[in-house]
Amino acid sequence: MPKTLIDKIWDAHTVRTEEGGRTVLYIDRQYIHEVTSPVAFAGLASRGFRVARPAQVTATADHNIPTENQHLPISEAESRTQVETLERNCAAHGIELFGIGHPRQGIVHIIGPEQGLTLPGMTVICGDSHTSTHGALGAVAFGVGTSEVEMALASQCIIQSKPLSMRISVNGPLAPGVEAKDVILYIISRISASGGTGHFIEFAGNTIRSMSMEGRLTLCNMAIECGARGGIVAPDEVTFKYLGRTDPQWLELFSDPDAVFDKEYSFDAADIPPMITWGTNPGTGIAIDGHVPANADPKALNYMGFSAGQKLLGTPVDYVFVGSCTNGRIEDLRLFAELVRGRRKAPGVVAWIVPGSKLVERQAREEGLEQILNEAGFELRQPGCSACLAMNADKVPAGKLCVSTSNRNFEGRQGPGSRTLLSGVTVAAAAALNGKITDPRDVFKQKS
Amino acid sequence: MAIPKFERLTSRAVPLPTQNIDTDQIIPARFLKATERQGFGDNLFCDWRSEPDFPLNRFSGRILVAGHNFGCGSSREHAAWALVDYGFQVVVSSFFADIFRGNALNCGLLPVQVSERFLAEMFDAIDADPASEFIVDLEAQTIMILPTGASERFEIDAYKKKCLLGGLDDVDYLVSLMPEIEQYESNI
Repeated sequence: MPKTLIDKIWDAHTVRTEEGGRTVLYIDRQYIHEVTSPVAFAGLASRGFRVARPAQVTATADHNIPTENQHLPISEAESRTQVETLERNCAAHGIELFGIGHPRQGIVHIIGPEQGLTLPGMTVICGDSHTSTHGALGAVAFGVGTSEVEMALASQCIIQSKPLSMRISVNGPLAPGVEAKDVILYIISRISASGGTGHFIEFAGNTIRSMSMEGRLTLCNMAIECGARGGIVAPDEVTFKYLGRTDPQWLELFSDPDAVFDKEYSFDAADIPPMITWGTNPGTGIAIDGHVPANADPKALNYMGFSAGQKLLGTPVDYVFVGSCTNGRIEDLRLFAELVRGRRKAPGVVAWIVPGSKLVERQAREEGLEQILNEAGFELRQPGCSACLAMNADKVPAGKLCVSTSNRNFEGRQGPGSRTLLSGVTVAAAAALNGKITDPRDVFKQKS
Repeated sequence: MAIPKFERLTSRAVPLPTQNIDTDQIIPARFLKATERQGFGDNLFCDWRSEPDFPLNRFSGRILVAGHNFGCGSSREHAAWALVDYGFQVVVSSFFADIFRGNALNCGLLPVQVSERFLAEMFDAIDADPASEFIVDLEAQTIMILPTGASERFEIDAYKKKCLLGGLDDVDYLVSLMPEIEQYESNI
C-alpha cells in the first residue's frame, strides 16, 4: 500500500498499538527546557524512576532567560529557580545541557537543527508546541505536554493517536520581497487557525523545494498555528547540504507518488504578498496593503484598536521584535541587516533584535552584521525566546503596538495588554525604519 | 502520580462562549515559572478575570463550557493544570486543539466534544437558569442537559477512557513495557 512520508516514519517508530488504535511511539530525540520539564522530573523522582535514555535527551535554557547581561546571575528569582532546577536535573541524570553562557546555548528549536541533533526520519518531541520546526529536516516532530515529557524521560516512548495526513503544495516563484514567513502566514489565513487540527502537514511543491533550510524551518515552525500537530518537508539536496552529509536511508524518505492524503490544499506562490496580521490569532493575516475584513471579530478589533475595513498601512508602531524560533536564524539576521544597511531606525521605535542561539550571535558578529545593525541604530541582544512570549523582561507595555517576527499574536502574548502584529523580517524592517506600518515594496524598491 | 478517577459527574457549568481560546489566555506565560503543578488555579484566565462580568466571577460549576477550538496555541500543560486546580473536571466545546486535548486527558480533566447545536443548547440552558445542571457519564459516553433532558453521545479513545475510569496514568504503564521497548531498540 502506498504510504505518505509521515506514515513511513510513524510506522517505523511504532512499538505497539493499543486497543482503540493509540500508538506506543518510540522517540529518537527529546529536547527539554527550563519551563516544561521541572514537573516531569519531579514526577519521575516521586515514582523512583531514572531517565531511561539520557543520551537521547538534549537540554537548553531559553524561555525565561534575560537577553542582556547573561554573564550575571538571573535577577528574577522564579526564573533563576527554574534554570537552576534544570541544571540540577540534567546533572543528576547525565543529560547534556546547553545552559546560559554555553557557546551552543540558544532557543531549543534553533539549536537542534543547527547542531545536527535532529535528522531526517527521526521522531522528535519537546514540551513546546513549536517543536514542529524540526520537521523541516524530514523528521516527525511535535510538541507535547509535561506528562508526555515525563513519559518519554521514563521510557523513551509516548502514547499518541496517529494524526491524519494533509498535504499543502505551493508552486511557482515567490514575488520579490516575499519570504517563507509570508508563505506560512498566507496559508494559515486561508485555512484558519484551526484548519490543520488533527492533521500532520507535509509541505510540498517547487516553491518549498526552492526554499533554503532556514525558510523551511520558519514554515514548519508555524504549522502548529493552524492547529496541525506538525509540519514536514521531505529531505532533499538542500537538507543534505545543510547537514553536511547524507545517508542512504534518507533517500527513502518521501511520500509514495500514489499515497492518499486525508486533506490536500494547493496554492500559487504568485498570489502571496508580504503579510501582516491584524487580530489576536495567527489566522488573521492580510496583505500588507490590504484591509481588515469587514466581518472581523469585534472582540479582536476592540483589543487591537482597529476597525473593520480599515487599512493598516501608516499605523504608528512602538516596538519591533526580530527573533524567536520562527525568525531568529542567521538568514533572518542577514536579511534584516541587508535591509537596514545605510539607513536609520525611526527614533520612536524600540527594536529588539535577538539572535536565536549563541552560534547565530557569533556568526552575526563575524559576518559584520552586528556592525551594520549598530550603524543603523539597532543593537544585537543575547539569545533566548525573549519577547515572543515575554517570560523575561522583554515585555511590550500595555496598549503598545509591536510588529513581531514571532509566531503568536494572542492577547497579552508579548506582555499584558500588548498588541502584536505578526510579520516576516522584511515587513518588520520597513516598520522599524519608518516608525509605522509600511509596504516594504515601497521602501526597498531598488533592492528588489 | 495516578490521575483522579472519573466516572460520572452532575454539576452546574460555567459558560465561556468565546471561540479560539488559546492557552495563553487560560494561563498567561508569566505564571509558568513554578516548578510544581499545584497552584495555577489562582491565575486561571488571569487577564480576563479582572472584568467583573467575566463568567468565572458570575457562575460556578465543575464543568466549563467553551466556544470552538478551545485550548489552541502553546503546548503548556499548565493550562490543563490550572483548570483542574480551579476545580473543573470537565471541559465541553465543539472543537478542541490537539495538544490541549491530550494534556487534559493526561491530567484527569475530561474534554467532551459536542456538536455546535448541542453546545448552543447548553449555553441556552445556562442562560435560562444559571443553576441548570448537566450530567456527564464517561462509561456511557453521554452528556445530558438536565432541565431539558436533551442528551448527546461523545467520543473518547478506548485506551484513555480506561485510564480515566481506573485513575491510571501512562508513565507506569510505559515503564512496564520496557522489555518490549528494548526489543524494539535492538531491532533498529
